[in-house]
Amino acid sequence: MFSYILKRLAIAVPTLLLLIVISFLLMHSAPGGPFTAERELPPQVLANLNAKYGLDQPLWRQITSYVWGIVAHFDFGPSFVYKDRTVNQIIAQGFPITLTYGLLSFALAVIVGVSLGVAAAIRHNTLLDYIAVGLSIGAQVLPNFVMAPILVLIFTLWLGWLPGGGWQGPEYWILPVIALSTSFMASIARITRSSMLEVLTSNHIRTARAKGLPERRVILRHALKPAMLPVISYLGPAFVAMITGSVVVDIYFSTGGIGKAFVDSALNRDYAVMMGVTILMGALTILFNLVVDILYGWIDPKIRY
Amino acid sequence: MNMKTLLATSAIALSLSFQAQAASVPDGVTLAAEQSYTFWLLDAIKSMDPQINTDVEGSDVLRNLFEGLYNEDSDGALVPGVAIDHTVSDDGLTYTFNLRDTAKWSNGEAVTANDFVYAWRRLADPATASEYAWYMELMQVENASAVVAGDMPTDALGVTAINDHTLEVKITTPLPYFPQMMVHASTFPVPQTVIEANGDNWTQPGTLVGNGAYTLTEHTLGERVVMEANDTYWDASNTVMKTLTALTINDQNQALTRYLAGELDRVDIPAGQYPRLAEEYPDQATSTPYNCSYIYMLNVGEKGPEALKDVRVRQAMAFAIDRDIIVDRILQGGQKGAYNWTHWAVADFERPHSEWADDMDQAQRIEKAKELMAEAGYSTDNPLELRLQYNTSDDHKKIAIAASQMLKAIGVNIVLDNYEWKIHTDRMQSQDFDMARYAWCGDYNEASTYLDLMTSYSGHNNGQWFNDQYDQIMADSKTAADPQPLYQQAETLLTDEMPIIPIYHYANVDMIAADIKGLPQNNVNNTWYGKDIYRVAE
Repeated sequence: MFSYILKRLAIAVPTLLLLIVISFLLMHSAPGGPFTAERELPPQVLANLNAKYGLDQPLWRQITSYVWGIVAHFDFGPSFVYKDRTVNQIIAQGFPITLTYGLLSFALAVIVGVSLGVAAAIRHNTLLDYIAVGLSIGAQVLPNFVMAPILVLIFTLWLGWLPGGGWQGPEYWILPVIALSTSFMASIARITRSSMLEVLTSNHIRTARAKGLPERRVILRHALKPAMLPVISYLGPAFVAMITGSVVVDIYFSTGGIGKAFVDSALNRDYAVMMGVTILMGALTILFNLVVDILYGWIDPKIRY
Repeated sequence: MNMKTLLATSAIALSLSFQAQAASVPDGVTLAAEQSYTFWLLDAIKSMDPQINTDVEGSDVLRNLFEGLYNEDSDGALVPGVAIDHTVSDDGLTYTFNLRDTAKWSNGEAVTANDFVYAWRRLADPATASEYAWYMELMQVENASAVVAGDMPTDALGVTAINDHTLEVKITTPLPYFPQMMVHASTFPVPQTVIEANGDNWTQPGTLVGNGAYTLTEHTLGERVVMEANDTYWDASNTVMKTLTALTINDQNQALTRYLAGELDRVDIPAGQYPRLAEEYPDQATSTPYNCSYIYMLNVGEKGPEALKDVRVRQAMAFAIDRDIIVDRILQGGQKGAYNWTHWAVADFERPHSEWADDMDQAQRIEKAKELMAEAGYSTDNPLELRLQYNTSDDHKKIAIAASQMLKAIGVNIVLDNYEWKIHTDRMQSQDFDMARYAWCGDYNEASTYLDLMTSYSGHNNGQWFNDQYDQIMADSKTAADPQPLYQQAETLLTDEMPIIPIYHYANVDMIAADIKGLPQNNVNNTWYGKDIYRVAE
């Protein structure tokens, strides 16, 4: 197990390097640059700017000095657009915010989704099942960019219970968390339900019931664990999708999170911020896929590394 | 307006304005107990460094944290800032500003002429790499171009501190509107010691030292900016508003919803919603002229289509667009259809009479357009194909669709090209377009801020319409006793040649909370100061 983790981490390094090089080249091939503005800059000013940010160097040198900055000093460079700030500062401000509502949404989606899925499976073909399935289909077809304005309309404008945006304290967390979690919640509920239904008809459950175990124990002890396998494989990518999909939440709720910084950096051609966030997202994806694989081994004894 | 009358009027404005300083609360008005004002920002503030900032929204924040030589009042007239007044030499090339001795930085130190010298040199210094370094050149400050280019040291710049409270500026061409240019944020003083001690981080809350009426207490990028009244400001005793908060909301409709929920005191109204809101909230919905013009720029340069080199085609296209439909049916916010380049509300400017704008109705214009197209060899049976490029925005799209339908009627088939902002700009600057959506906002309240743009040497004339006569008119206007007749000649030449198709003149279409008073209503640049605002008790 330990050597497996080491091996995976070792592969992560060249993967990230490849990600850096490809993103770097893609970014520079996009028309326009960080200093393209409605008023064309005088050539001398543009030259001064390019010199200051190293954009006058050949691409290969820009890439190598960029990577060296990260490896040697963990320095992702200055932002080309938010000139009072470094990329490290921008990530240090935005990522904790995104991580906070990302983790809360994730927890909410898993707890509610799994409960709903299990309940629907146990009460298969009853009213409860239909309601659960109906709710989850409804939640899944309602994307978060529709959900967010609806939530603000109801809870901010009509009821006046919650702030419609910002990031000042726990009451500001509620709407973003609901908006971000519902579609994931729905997917988890549906995966749990179908997986649970399948497990409930399998031989080992019949055996457990035949032994005379109470139903509660059959479900919690014998059915839930194997039924969770497909859910877990969904959770890794789902978590990353939540962090990367935080763009919509950031835009509607003005949280100051990293998702908005990511989109802005692409539109502003803020090369340094874009690279920094891309690397962060890449590293997270690699990390969560690894966590999922480790969980797999723990849940399903048949899987060996 | 000639130089002498300008000085006379600015002297009057300056002397009158001593009463108009800060919030002027009328007698009998009861102020609200809590004096806080929350306004809207579409985007995160890119920089709070006056010499680095490039955005209008950034300037709105900077005007509260710093103070330049002059401020503007609610009508856009100059009022004293750090400078009490100024004198100008007979040749119009040397300005001497007298600074007040009560101006202080928020750390308690005195604001001196040296702080301005430092800030202006810093703006021009190649090492600062400011995107607004060209503003020093626009101001015609002596040696600005050479300093920006790195050919001369920064101390060669034509700005000198005669003593702590006297600032002398030498410029190379007389500029009738030079004092107006001092309102721009890039000319604000900055504290040298603080910048040298903290580097690029000097603008963080707690570190930032300013000389404005407010200090920075919180700044979460993309979330909010909070400013509190500054005790060391020279006119602090007249500042009523205690707290200014700016909320970043990236979606205009979301901002309006949050305004209606009471979270904000001011937001922009999205296109098309003004009539409904004005009816429902007559005490809050406002529309005032805003110093920007919206045009379609035609590429008449080498890389542009052959057909657009024909002036008849350019005129026909301008005639065919029904501006009433665009302002009354699409924008619906009190904008005005444009038949010329300079915004109609710009000070002292009067649009010259023109036949197509003043003597023809739209049906006649369309008839005339068809005739011109026929002369040029095009008709609905033999249409001209052109691409119309615009940057991503619902409003630009709606206007482009409407325009393409109007042009189709006279035999111009338009293909719409939508690009995101940077690509749009990049393509325009490399003359990679047929016709393109463009807008210009005046840097100051005077017609030359528009008209200079169409000179061959402006660097912004992306359609490459180069005209010697036009260049000469604009060059003459710089030294003319009264430039207005020359501005009219320039506008007439633009109408005759039609290198740009004017579409509409902007308006500020806002919701403003009914209990907020003191925001400017007649200032075309919408230059506002927190110190002038107050909230009345309901």
